[in-house]
Amino acid sequence: MASMRDIKRRKGSIQSTQQITKAMKLVSTVKLQRAKTRAEQSKDYFKCMYDTVTSMLGKAGNIDHPYLKAGETGKKAIIVITSNRGLAGGYNSNVVKLITRGEFNKEDVMIYAIGKKGRETFARYGYEIAWENSEMIEEPKYADAMKLSSQLLEDFENGVVSEIYLAYTAFKNTVSHIPTLLKLLPVEVESNEEAKEVEEDDNIPMNFEPEDEEALDMIIPKYVTSLIYGGMVEALASENGARMQAMDSATSNAEEMISHLSLQYNRARQGSITQELTEIIAGANAIS
Amino acid sequence: MAESNQFALRIITPERVFYEDEVDMAEFNTTEGEVGIYRNHIPMTMIIKSGVLTITKGDEKKHAALHEGFVEVLQEKVTILAEVIEWPDEIDVARAEAARDRAEERLAHVDEKINVARAEAALARALTRIQIIK
Repeated sequence: MASMRDIKRRKGSIQSTQQITKAMKLVSTVKLQRAKTRAEQSKDYFKCMYDTVTSMLGKAGNIDHPYLKAGETGKKAIIVITSNRGLAGGYNSNVVKLITRGEFNKEDVMIYAIGKKGRETFARYGYEIAWENSEMIEEPKYADAMKLSSQLLEDFENGVVSEIYLAYTAFKNTVSHIPTLLKLLPVEVESNEEAKEVEEDDNIPMNFEPEDEEALDMIIPKYVTSLIYGGMVEALASENGARMQAMDSATSNAEEMISHLSLQYNRARQGSITQELTEIIAGANAIS
Repeated sequence: MAESNQFALRIITPERVFYEDEVDMAEFNTTEGEVGIYRNHIPMTMIIKSGVLTITKGDEKKHAALHEGFVEVLQEKVTILAEVIEWPDEIDVARAEAARDRAEERLAHVDEKINVARAEAALARALTRIQIIK
């Protein structure tokens, strides 16, 4: 059995760790609230954007537009949104796993990294990092998303990349965050749900001014930008949610360890008192 | 009767819901020219160009500088998805004037390094902002 002093020291160190995790939990709770409000405020915009683009594409089905078909030669661009800091449980590694689990060839992929953790991991695995900006995840701005999307669309038009994906963590609610891989370009309208929506919209014929193709030219970049921005906003909320959970369980683990150690400590203390007493009594008996 | 001539106008940006109310008329600038929308307009999607947005509700008129985005018009509902939109009191005049001067200068000395389309867009934005304040 460890000595009393050792146990006491161990307990002290766990206690101070617990203080840190507790403080971090509080901080991320506050940040989560802010990020959550923000995500909710911008949700409307993305829903409208998504609906409009889907219904447009549903109607403009046969349009031969560069944004709607994959180039032949290019690589696959993946925008990876992770955090700049760790201690968020599986948050970052779950996003990375989306890409490394084997659907993509390492050679075909170009990483556009937002967030240090993702960039570091992919650099270590030997992926090509085409672009990075880790600052912008701290405070998502629409203008930043616009810069990234215009760069991506340029690469797409020049044939450098032929497909664009977005890997981020979707924020469902405070406790549930889902790592998501989304195909941005070429735009695909396939799933049943989407098809149904389009059908409903068909009741009202929609006119486009300017014509469909020109409108697509202008709306698709906005669509990509808004998805990137939405990804950032949600990822930030998820990051803080994940960190809050991780720190919460760390705090309660520390609690558990402390109570276990207190028990051990008390037992050891009692043991030493008993031993002392036995020794004294034995000594007294020997004298008399 | 006045009630029945109104339609629901929603202006949303990525950051917030900018405006939401029943209104009589909305006027703004699109790539095809300036338009005014009343209730029961035919369904239409339009691309926005920099310009002044005027919202008329009863006798009240409201102005805002609307720069980028697109509009979805349905008979009783109009949704403006705006990337950049500002109320007059949110505009920094000095900055807008500086931006105008810079854009004008760029357009005056065009060479290969200058993206003409971008400079023109910047000029249009600055002029809209200045116009709305005055």
